[in-house]
Amino acid sequence: MLGYLVRRLSLTLPSLLGISIVLFGLLALAPGDPFSDLATDPSIPPSVAAGLRAKFGLDDPIPIRYLHWLVAMLHGDWGFSFASRINVSTLIVQRLPTTLAVIGASQILALLIAVPIGVYAGVKPYSLFDQVASSLALVGFSLPTFFTGLVFILLFSVELHWLPFVYRTDIGGSGPSLYWAYVRQAIMPVAVLGLFQGAAWTRFVRASVLDVVHLDYVITARAKGLSERVVVFKHIVRNALIPVVTLVALQMPIVFGGAIITEQIFRVPGIGSLLISAILANDTPVIMAVTFVFACLVILFNLIADLLYGWLDPRISYR
Amino acid sequence: MLNEQQLRQQIEEVRTGRRSRRAFLREMIALGLSAPFVTQMLAHSRVAMAASDFKYMPARAGGGGTLKLLWWQGPTLLNPHFAIGTKDQDGSRMFYEPLAGWDPDGNLAPILAAEIPNVESGTVDKDLNWVVWKLKQGVKWHDGQPFTADDCVFNWQYASDPATAATTFGSYKDIKVSKLDDHTIKVEFQKPKPFWADAFVGPRGMVIPKHLFEQYRGGSSREAPANLAPVGTGPYLFVDFKPGDLVRGKINPNYHMPNRPYFDAIEMKGGGDAVSAARAVLQTGEYDFAWNMQVEDALLRRLEEGGKGHVEIFAGGNIEHIEINNTDPSKEVDGERSSVKTTHPFLTDPAVRQALSLLVDRLSVEKFIYGRTGKATANFINNPRQFVSKDTSYEFNTAKATDILDQAGWKPGSSGIREKNGIKLRLVFQTSINAPRQKTQEIVKQACQKVGIDVEIKAVPASVYFSSDVGNSDTYAKFYTDIQMFSTTMNQPDPGDFMRQFLSSEVASKDNKWQGRNITRWRNDDYDALYHASEYETDPVKRAALFIQMNDLVIKGVVIIPVVYRPSVAAVATKLHVLLSGWDSYIWNVYDWYADA
Repeated sequence: MLGYLVRRLSLTLPSLLGISIVLFGLLALAPGDPFSDLATDPSIPPSVAAGLRAKFGLDDPIPIRYLHWLVAMLHGDWGFSFASRINVSTLIVQRLPTTLAVIGASQILALLIAVPIGVYAGVKPYSLFDQVASSLALVGFSLPTFFTGLVFILLFSVELHWLPFVYRTDIGGSGPSLYWAYVRQAIMPVAVLGLFQGAAWTRFVRASVLDVVHLDYVITARAKGLSERVVVFKHIVRNALIPVVTLVALQMPIVFGGAIITEQIFRVPGIGSLLISAILANDTPVIMAVTFVFACLVILFNLIADLLYGWLDPRISYR
Repeated sequence: MLNEQQLRQQIEEVRTGRRSRRAFLREMIALGLSAPFVTQMLAHSRVAMAASDFKYMPARAGGGGTLKLLWWQGPTLLNPHFAIGTKDQDGSRMFYEPLAGWDPDGNLAPILAAEIPNVESGTVDKDLNWVVWKLKQGVKWHDGQPFTADDCVFNWQYASDPATAATTFGSYKDIKVSKLDDHTIKVEFQKPKPFWADAFVGPRGMVIPKHLFEQYRGGSSREAPANLAPVGTGPYLFVDFKPGDLVRGKINPNYHMPNRPYFDAIEMKGGGDAVSAARAVLQTGEYDFAWNMQVEDALLRRLEEGGKGHVEIFAGGNIEHIEINNTDPSKEVDGERSSVKTTHPFLTDPAVRQALSLLVDRLSVEKFIYGRTGKATANFINNPRQFVSKDTSYEFNTAKATDILDQAGWKPGSSGIREKNGIKLRLVFQTSINAPRQKTQEIVKQACQKVGIDVEIKAVPASVYFSSDVGNSDTYAKFYTDIQMFSTTMNQPDPGDFMRQFLSSEVASKDNKWQGRNITRWRNDDYDALYHASEYETDPVKRAALFIQMNDLVIKGVVIIPVVYRPSVAAVATKLHVLLSGWDSYIWNVYDWYADA
């Protein structure tokens, strides 16, 4: 296992380098320009936009720009946003708590929905519960988040006036009322994302339980006279959840990337909305930093998922 | 069309009170001038600027709670000299102030200035070579330092330094600012400047403190810590800033205007889209004010029915217009298409232009697409119906268009498309991706197809269309299609800048990296001569007459086809009292805003 680990880690660096080259090349070749707003304003002379481009090194050839970026990155300098002229690392750190809280909560909600329902549906396949659960999972999975988001807003904010739909990070006050205010405004985005993710995972958990339920050792456990509870929790779930655990581990980087559409709808200031506004503004340093960190997380969690799988399932060995 | 004689006569009538100032203003705007330009012209002719009639009711500062603003594009930086677009200017305007702002009628309202300069009191040179601004006494920056003339002189040095790459550079580059005493500055111009209210006025005139920015000039300007923690003279103190997301301020207890501001705190939230922003103000009441409501009018009306707020529409907006290419986008010459070395095969025929302008159903566009937010117009600026001249009418007449084309020799060929000498009337029509614009394109296409002109519609993402990227062939500046449509902002105070876009010397081409302002590539010697005359004309009335003539040349020659005039639209909560000006920022007088208790 240690040899496997070392080999995987040594592959990481070249992969990251390759990813960064592709990302940077794509961004540099893509159309659009960070200073386009200046161009449409008749009273700003074109020399200002030209001066800014020169200042940020936008007129240098692409390989030179890439090298500058790489060297800076190695020094821990993540670059400087063209749009807001502040450090990219500051921007990301500002948005991290909200992202972790909202998106993280939605993943937990998804798990809380998917595991119990999926296991129960898998243990009692084709029962009424299973049929209802599968249909709902299908519906939840097919409806896009912008649709469910809008429906929730119309229902809970506009019609019933129960929940606010603009996410504010600066609610004043303290103590329980503050926490309650945060919970109230987070319910809808967390629910939209959690239900969507949960629907997908429910089907997966159910399928994985179905795989295990008719295996010999489960029949043996039942034949031994063990209670259904013990059979389910000790034998079925433990084995069925191995692929689910790896799936969840692979999904973890999404918590960082955020959920772009939901963040837009509810105005949650997460990293997803930072990424989309940076893309629309052609703010290369921010895009590079966010996507690069995202790539690192994906590689890291892939490695964790592989290792976890080997650790949980004694049948797997590493060569 | 008015000539100079008639203009002077009308101005005299305004001065003696025989003509309403407001009516005169509307007429001038209809003829292509902006409200600030007109008030400057009137001021020079001894017609004093008026004050607005907005009454600030509260008897003391504070007690109003938090003012919640919703800007669906959040500010990304808070230094007014780096502002890209109105969102950044608005974010800065809570903390920084200019010497004067523009009210809705185009009058100057003093903010940091003690009074508005004018010729009578000797603060404006009658030959327009210099202006003297007297600053308010006793104004303090948020950190307690006094605001003095040194700060104004510093702002000029900071903005006019090319190494700073300030976006306000254009307003400060050809002037010299000197200190006469601690509270007086003199602004001198290189050549007489009829429109002297550019530097230190409005969004480009916000003043930053010398003592915090002095070490960060030129190349090191982006490193100033005050860029992210503004210290200004404005009604609110800085609390917090998250770029693209949130700007927060709290009441300035030492604000220089008495009993102001009314609100204890202010916050400007950014992000999302215009429709949900309208909902947040008009339906759920979560926010008090939303900016730039680019939403279909039918939807706005439905939202207003909730009774929580209303929509304010105010003058000074953009003109949505169609540009006609004078060059050939399909021929490539020296590595560029739409080059001035080519001529368009059929769009240079005046008959075809006339026909096209008759095929734009402006009234339908107004009625079914824009509603209150877009008024049909035939002139290059807005057009109150009582001032329509018979030359510039906005007719929609397919029969007449057909006649014109038939008479000019454009007969329908076998495929139904008109042709002459083997050239077919086939157009490619591009614009940015934006629902009302696509609908407008469909309307134009339908009318053209009926008459035998084939139109192909193209829609480009806005961030690409409006970029100045040299490598991209879909930008509006490159104009690689036959006609295109977008809006130009007319809240630049001086029409001079605006009229540049029809000058021969400003033609956008490969040589100037398509940064020239003349995108239609129209060249006309008469227009050039008029423009150059206007540059040296120091008499504002003569200058106005020249601009009116230039505007007329553009309209008669169908260089562009105006579609709708787009006023600015904001959503305002019922209890909030605001005064919105289309010639300045949306929050130009946020110090005066108050709400019913």
